[in-house]
Amino acid sequence: MIPAQTVAEKLLSRKAGTPLEAGEIAVCAVDLAVAHDGNRPQSIDILRELGGGGPWDPARVILVIDHAPTQPNLAAAAIHDGMRRFAREYGVEVLGPGEGVCHQIIPERGYASPGDLVLGTDSHTCTYGALNALGTGVGSSDLAAVFLTGTLWLKVPESIYVDLTGRFRPGVYAKDAILALASRLGADGATYAALEFHGDALAGLSVAGRMTMANMAVELGAKAGIFPCDEVLERWLAERRAAHPTAPVTPATPASAVSPDAGARYIDRLQLDLASLEPQVACPHNVDNVRPISDVVGTPIKEAVIGTCTNGRLEDLAVAAGVLAGRHIHPDVRLFVTPASRAIYLAALRAGIIEILLEAGAIINQPGCSACTGGSHVGVPSDGENVVTTANRNFKGRLGNPEANLFLASPATVAASALEGRIADCRQYMEVGASA
Amino acid sequence: MNTLGRAHRFGDDINTDYIISAKAKESRVNIADMVPYLMEDIRPGFASSLSPGDVIVAGRNFGCGSSREAAPAVIKGAGVGGVLAASFARIFYRNAANVGLPLLEFDTSAIPDGATIHVDFSTGVVRDTSTGRIWQAKPLPKFMLEICHEGGLVNYLKKHGRFVL
Ligand code: SF4
Repeated sequence: MIPAQTVAEKLLSRKAGTPLEAGEIAVCAVDLAVAHDGNRPQSIDILRELGGGGPWDPARVILVIDHAPTQPNLAAAAIHDGMRRFAREYGVEVLGPGEGVCHQIIPERGYASPGDLVLGTDSHTCTYGALNALGTGVGSSDLAAVFLTGTLWLKVPESIYVDLTGRFRPGVYAKDAILALASRLGADGATYAALEFHGDALAGLSVAGRMTMANMAVELGAKAGIFPCDEVLERWLAERRAAHPTAPVTPATPASAVSPDAGARYIDRLQLDLASLEPQVACPHNVDNVRPISDVVGTPIKEAVIGTCTNGRLEDLAVAAGVLAGRHIHPDVRLFVTPASRAIYLAALRAGIIEILLEAGAIINQPGCSACTGGSHVGVPSDGENVVTTANRNFKGRLGNPEANLFLASPATVAASALEGRIADCRQYMEVGASA
Repeated sequence: MNTLGRAHRFGDDINTDYIISAKAKESRVNIADMVPYLMEDIRPGFASSLSPGDVIVAGRNFGCGSSREAAPAVIKGAGVGGVLAASFARIFYRNAANVGLPLLEFDTSAIPDGATIHVDFSTGVVRDTSTGRIWQAKPLPKFMLEICHEGGLVNYLKKHGRFVL
């Protein structure tokens, strides 16, 4: 008899074609393989070294040019050129530069669905967990092996059950919830495990918010962070399919959704009451160095960043615009804003959000990884400067200067801080009674 | 798989940005050109202080952060014979084996900085050559050791054509 399974156990069992338990190693069939321009070496070059022609199934491979979307130097240009040549030769889709960051555009275009196994050469491939898929990051050689064989050996992770309860109070968002969890578990608290999110809070948690949380699962060491396929997700998927009728590579059916069995075994269970949270800030230089906003209010900042695959979605830009509307950022602050995709950029433009941001003094970047790492060549801070950003990592040097300090926070906190030139509590800019 | 060299100690949570920054990586194509920038942001000049066979000795969560395979590749390219740490982040752990950089996971806290140590990655035995002190670690899982032993995943797949568990 097959023992009761967690989502990760069940999903990987399907891909391996045999019942699996946590700890077992199996060769799994991959639904979607994604490579971006940030990697050295590139998977496509390793595939060539392996003597392989094209990938096992060109329709299940996507190349994304997002890490250096401004084509800032010869190395980036050469990498991009190589990607385009490969794509043309083997009939693979290449997206960008300028289309957006991979973890936004792939879900947005309906390329990932519930029950999928998505492997990408980016650690934040765990973002797809918001879609009830198992996404995880691998290196270039592993992805080249997927290109060659359509499979990869994987160890089935243990799972941690996270029960999300309550509703956010105004000014508190999904970013604050995942930072609070990082504080509780630590940067290696979920190493090798999958986080499985459940709870009554999900009914009020948008897919965008889930993507923010799943995105940062890897900052806790997790292999994946997976949400269930519920009504909220089904509605979102239906909208995606309507907008991109021909796009899905692996169309979801209700049967493809994965839920855990009663009695599944978890190595840990924890509960997070969203209603109890206040805005959170991760202080330099570790993601788990998290403080409640009240501890850090007043810290001077010179740069503010809204965007990245963690928080560059339409609702993030809308929240920031809500704080910035009719105001102007502090004269000592640069505010960089990066819509996570072209579609988001357009939607924000049509909704008047971009206009509000520009009038408030923001600099709008090309969709992609702009202003997330020093490799994007956007927003490199000067020595000694403090930067408040919606990104997922505040490692020393992450934005290109080891002498700068990065603070991680929600778009609302970043926007409020940009106004004041110091870390600020966004709640004073929220209308009383407004709902988050 | 053995190495003999000096131990270079690092702390906890040494992330892949520290190992090789996005800035250094994205403006270069070849791993060899990135070697001088190994650990640049936290220990400038580290690459030039290394002799072939030296060992990185670290605390918890070594290699956390991005999936960049350049991280273990640059460590290997700098002549490091292997990494010993209290624990590794999972993507780095895979990538290291895939590029043929051997690892051992155990409590490394008693290994002195600068000690000359001999490491046998196949058996997991680590020996301080001046004091004779020995540590026994659990070697990489057999399957990963095999990939690492072949010199990495490319050689492994050239030989087998697919994964053989
Ligand atoms: S936005 Fe930042 S974290 Fe996300 S994929 Fe790009 S570089 Fe990585």
